[in-house]
Amino acid sequence: MTAPSAEPYPPRGPVAVDSQQPLARRQVALVDLLDRLLGTGAVLTGSLTLGIADVDLVRIDLRALISSVGARVPSPWEGGRPL
Amino acid sequence: MNGERSAVNGEHGQNAELRYVYAVTAPLEAPLPDGVRGVADSAPYTVHQAGLQAVVSRVPEADFGEEPLRAHLEDLGWLEETARAHQAVVDALTVLTCPLPLRLATVYRDDAGVRRALEGGREEFRAALDRLAGRVEWGVKVHAQRAPEPAAAPAPAATSGREFLRRRRQEVTSRENTLEEAEQLGRTLHAALAAQAEDVRVYPAQNPQLSGTPGQNLLNAAYLVPRDRSEEFVARVERLGAHDPSVRVELTGPWAPYSFAAPDAARAQSQDGHWEGSHDRAVC
Repeated sequence: MTAPSAEPYPPRGPVAVDSQQPLARRQVALVDLLDRLLGTGAVLTGSLTLGIADVDLVRIDLRALISSVGARVPSPWEGGRPL
Repeated sequence: MNGERSAVNGEHGQNAELRYVYAVTAPLEAPLPDGVRGVADSAPYTVHQAGLQAVVSRVPEADFGEEPLRAHLEDLGWLEETARAHQAVVDALTVLTCPLPLRLATVYRDDAGVRRALEGGREEFRAALDRLAGRVEWGVKVHAQRAPEPAAAPAPAATSGREFLRRRRQEVTSRENTLEEAEQLGRTLHAALAAQAEDVRVYPAQNPQLSGTPGQNLLNAAYLVPRDRSEEFVARVERLGAHDPSVRVELTGPWAPYSFAAPDAARAQSQDGHWEGSHDRAVC
């Protein structure tokens, strides 16, 4: 216990708060995590997986998500559009 | 895991371990917290180069090589476990510094490869770390909320085709009004939050079935906010978003600034087609 860090682990990570239940703090949803981890984040040159990250990841994750919620989902953007 | 691979394992041959990189940081003044585990239950450590640090861990090539990775990413359970482990390491770093988080599954063959990447991107990383120092990201989503059903008791069956159509029209109009109201509220909320943020990124709307949140997703955005003004920002979200029955507002954070980690140009490009509103705080 010589480490200077008095922070407990896990430290405060992001939590989700809903206007419907402001007191209930939840773990962030996978879909929010993937928005960030697949769609953003810095990209390093020369990584072995650069091709995957650049081209396929988004498609792959959507396919994974879609197959997990059933084949009836027509498109990830159906019924939703930005402002 | 894989018996065949251990036979070709070696320092210079076909390494059975690759390096998974979580984040780039300025040199840390304190060691990584004990007990933090990365993807594939690995222990993160740091690689130094050019006055920068990469936080990395050793991962099996059998899982993180290009081909196996491709296959794994289609496995939602694996994807979630890996994404959460990546996030756990980045979270642990936010206690010590403001990290530049990397995209999921950034993998190198060895530490030397990681050092080369740091060397090659040194100017860009330093600029990004300076830009993001002391900042966190907050995510805000606005969902339309279904209006309460107009009549609790089922109305008597329509007596005529005309009556049926009239009712249908009424239902549709009422739904449209609610949606319009919700959209307006979303725009107001976004404008107010953007004015309080240093930078904004608007994500494509999420499918309610994927997010598990009912109602059309009208806004899915990330805001870059100085850590010491977070409280103010959160209070603003609560004030503007709560208590309106036409919307459901969800706040997530504080995130390490994922949405703002890539250089501006890259982000501007990725936003094309997702945003038609007018706000002067778009990526510059």
